[in-house]
Amino acid sequence: MKKNNYSKKHLEYLKKEKKNSLVIISIQILVLVFFLLLWELLTRFNFVDSFLFSSPSRIYNTTATLYSSGELFTHIFTTLYETILGFLIATSLGILIAVIFWWSSFLRRVFEPYIVVLNSLPKIALGPLIIIWFGAGTKAIVFMTVLVTIIVTIINMLAGFIQADEDKILLLKSMGANKWKIFTNLIIPSSLPVFVSTLKINVGMSWIGSIMGEYLVSRQGIGYLIVYGGQVFKLDLVMTGTVILCLLAGVMYFLVAFLEKKLVRKPK
Amino acid sequence: MKNLLAFEKVSLTYYTKTNETLAIKDLSFNVNQGEFVAIIGPSGCGKTSILSLAAGLLSPSQGKITLSNRQITRPDDKIAYMLQKDHLFPWLSIEKNVRLPLKIKSKLNTENIEYANQLIEKYGLKDFKKYYPEQLSGGMRQRAALIRTLCSKPELLLLDEPFSALDYQTRLYVCEDVYKIIRSENKTALLVTHDISEAISLADKIIVLTKRPATVKSVHMIDFDKSTTPICRREDKRFSLWFEKLWGELNFEEK
Ligand SMILES: Nc1ncnc2c1ncn2[C@@H]1O[C@H](COP(=O)(O)OP(=O)(O)OP(=O)(O)O)[C@@H](O)[C@H]1O
Ligand SMILES: [Mg+2]
Repeated sequence: MKKNNYSKKHLEYLKKEKKNSLVIISIQILVLVFFLLLWELLTRFNFVDSFLFSSPSRIYNTTATLYSSGELFTHIFTTLYETILGFLIATSLGILIAVIFWWSSFLRRVFEPYIVVLNSLPKIALGPLIIIWFGAGTKAIVFMTVLVTIIVTIINMLAGFIQADEDKILLLKSMGANKWKIFTNLIIPSSLPVFVSTLKINVGMSWIGSIMGEYLVSRQGIGYLIVYGGQVFKLDLVMTGTVILCLLAGVMYFLVAFLEKKLVRKPK
Repeated sequence: MKNLLAFEKVSLTYYTKTNETLAIKDLSFNVNQGEFVAIIGPSGCGKTSILSLAAGLLSPSQGKITLSNRQITRPDDKIAYMLQKDHLFPWLSIEKNVRLPLKIKSKLNTENIEYANQLIEKYGLKDFKKYYPEQLSGGMRQRAALIRTLCSKPELLLLDEPFSALDYQTRLYVCEDVYKIIRSENKTALLVTHDISEAISLADKIIVLTKRPATVKSVHMIDFDKSTTPICRREDKRFSLWFEKLWGELNFEEK
């Protein structure tokens, strides 16, 4: 329902809404600035030890050093590569398995206990095995990422597929639909919201997986920076790594949120 | 009159892990071409099961179901099923919702789309073609669901309490609507309901079922003229006589 001639009251309402969101964004920025300023001042005047807590200016300097030595982007790209590759493999493979389980309730029933056990198993426990199987490199880290992400993907997507309305399935069957047509006409569109929320969850899970993998084995990457910084007691490095991680995860989340806007039609 | 749908000594048993339910027992009845038949029965007696059988979604444990003398084994293109709720797909526009059966049957050609558009226009949804279901009122949604049912040109419509999700006022209007549309398209219809007045206001023939396991208790030919619409029937004095009679029969079953 397109309506372009808003009434006066409606315009006022829209104006107020816009003002509200402006206020919220400004406060969000203010909070950040205030926090950074406080952190800087507390360390600068030695109320807290800048060796233990670092400070915004030290983080800036560390970043600048990393940048000029060319290391910064090596670390960022290494971690990004592992995370995105793991994310893509886990998401597509997980969805594929969920589709197979939706298709055959026999297979689903056979594999259900395995999925449940794998889901509750802390994946880090498999760390030593993964290192032995895949060597101490990128492969091991990507595998860890996939392992952490895939089980949640299967469980969420399958739950999304199964919650499709039984009566609508019946309706399609009465029109003569086969399983494939039911899948494309009903299951896919009705699982879109679950798909998007799975993507959002997976972004977080893949970061957990890749950083966990880098903690176990690595020579480069943000996770490596953090662990290495901790080992040699360079807390500036630890903090810098953490801040970069926050920024990267934030960007990836916004990309998915943008995708959500494109995919899911909001009721007007 | 030509016989379209026939149930011959049909029985249906449901099996679950814990028990076995005989839902329908030795059920026989006919629906003739062009007839509007209503089946009424106490709740849970097996009405929906009868329609699922006719739609070819279930097969009988015993007996035979035929459409124009051919046994029904799977969903048939000549039959269209309309469920209790409209079940329009919220992510499709009204136009696309209406065409859904064509899409499923891989019959989306220009001729059929033209026919679907004609129906949409004829029954007053033209201005809402591009709207989504959530933007329509309950009555309009039900009309869209009926057009969806009609657009694959079925001979027989199966209606499972199609008005029960609507409020009373809307129900009367939609009932009138559906009656006129089905009559003007010359369709045969089999309606199941537990609402006696709805059955009397729509049907040429009413079949009363016993409580579960469902079997035919009695059959009544309703003697209104075909051109009398549901609301006119409700005002007729024969209406209350029929109501009393059927109410007595059903109540006897409910006890
Ligand atoms: N899939 C099923 N599995 C097992 N039992 C079933 C199944 N479907 C229906 N039944 C049983 O069969 C009987 C008839 O069910 P049915 O839905 O056909 O009745 P109904 O007359 O349509 O009921 P209502 O008035 O509630 O719509 C009920 O006792 C029900 O519990
Ligand atoms: Mg029912």
